[in-house]
Amino acid sequence: MRFSGLRVLREGLSGNKGWGPQWRDPAPKPAYDIVIIGGGGHGLSTAYYLAREHGLKNVAVLEKGYLGGGNVGRNTTIVRANYILPGNSEFYSHSLKLWEGLEEELNYNVMHSQRGLINLFHSDGQRDAFVRRGNAMRNQGDDAELLDRDGVRKHLPYLDFDQGRYPIHGGLLHRRGGTARHDAVAWGYARGASDRGVDLIQNCEVTGIDVEGGKVTGVQTSRGAIKARKVAIVTAGRSGQVAAMAGMRLPIESQVLQAFVTEGLKPVIDHVVSFGMGHFYISQSDKGGLVFGGDLDFYPSYAQRGNLPTAEHVMEAAMTLMPAIGKARVLRSWGGIMDMTPDGSPIIDKTDIDGLYLDCGWCYGGFKAVPGSGFALAHLIATGRPHDSAAKLRLDRFRDGYGLMDEEGTGAQHHLH
Amino acid sequence: MRLTCPRCGSRDLREFTYRGAALARPDSQEWSPAWDDYLHLRDNPAGLSTEYWYHGLGCAAFLIVQRDTRTHEVHSVTLAAEGRT
Repeated sequence: MRFSGLRVLREGLSGNKGWGPQWRDPAPKPAYDIVIIGGGGHGLSTAYYLAREHGLKNVAVLEKGYLGGGNVGRNTTIVRANYILPGNSEFYSHSLKLWEGLEEELNYNVMHSQRGLINLFHSDGQRDAFVRRGNAMRNQGDDAELLDRDGVRKHLPYLDFDQGRYPIHGGLLHRRGGTARHDAVAWGYARGASDRGVDLIQNCEVTGIDVEGGKVTGVQTSRGAIKARKVAIVTAGRSGQVAAMAGMRLPIESQVLQAFVTEGLKPVIDHVVSFGMGHFYISQSDKGGLVFGGDLDFYPSYAQRGNLPTAEHVMEAAMTLMPAIGKARVLRSWGGIMDMTPDGSPIIDKTDIDGLYLDCGWCYGGFKAVPGSGFALAHLIATGRPHDSAAKLRLDRFRDGYGLMDEEGTGAQHHLH
Repeated sequence: MRLTCPRCGSRDLREFTYRGAALARPDSQEWSPAWDDYLHLRDNPAGLSTEYWYHGLGCAAFLIVQRDTRTHEVHSVTLAAEGRT
């Protein structure tokens, strides 16, 4: 079934009775060529690109809950490519290009909105750092513009420019940055993968990974054993537990990141605004809610809820940046579980076990990576070689210290990124 | 979440800083895979976790905290100076 304006009109006039399920709901087969553990954004996009780019269709995605019920449904929906270091730079650049063609490719409205992202700066030193970052982005082929104070004021007149602690000196504008509808991305990839023959199996929890003689042979699940020649672990937020089933320890510590949304308001914030010094960022959803967040709670957690000191810090930063936000009422908050790595950058790689692949360590940047990650992991699984865009996202970079990507320069501790 | 510092009693979370998993440091000063394990790899338990915390806005003691990462329930807090149990 293809979506079109005409179809929407016709269904609207005939009581919307013609819409069917968007994907099949198959029972698991006893064996597949490739099993992907995790039916989130990354797992679904991997399945889609395996079928679309490589013609591999004997593929199953195993999801312990429902499709898109994990971190892809629990984030702040920001899409950007403003990284500076080799490895991250080309990867996120590629991912953003995939985003730009995604709706046509999937025939699915993911509500990708390139409304522009502005990173604020408050000192000469920060300005220099953003000049360097902007140049790195442009060298990568992406867009960046340096705005002075008046330039920022033109875009964001509602900010408090003269606050005592962090007066706004300017900002780095990334026009192709923006947001997307998080659930729709998972649904679009799910539909595309299912249509191409991939089995999406929900309520199917993986309980064991079978390894014989250093080679993966399948998985044990809550719905029986499933044989597979290749298995990919794509379970950010629970990577450590799943990898442990194959006897692996990962360079990952799980931390909670909180986010907040207000009641729906009329349009007030047109961009994504990032206030790094206050550990704060904000955008407005198409539904009208102000969606904002801050930094990690800075301790390991799987609780999917944070503590009040961080919530308070985020609210204080919001009031510092734009006092008008005090009139808005917070509707709800949530916590997502982040795979934090020692350099703050992700991992897409083979493992020491033949046929077992790993896609994890997305820290708090996983949403924008959904297309690029799936594309690169599918390439790795299908060809045995890393895709050019993800060749530096190696698992062993921590062991040999070569090619670390510490984007924020905060050192080799998981929780400090 | 509150922590009960052995010296100061029950105090607000804001007074403390998490300082990483409490792991045994390799004996050898030579680089080896044991150092990669110690610095980078983590059990990352969903359950009981043993961690270093620093009471920076209190008595400045380093603490060993045993905590459930699923519920944030704190099981024990001891002085790091007294060693890992």
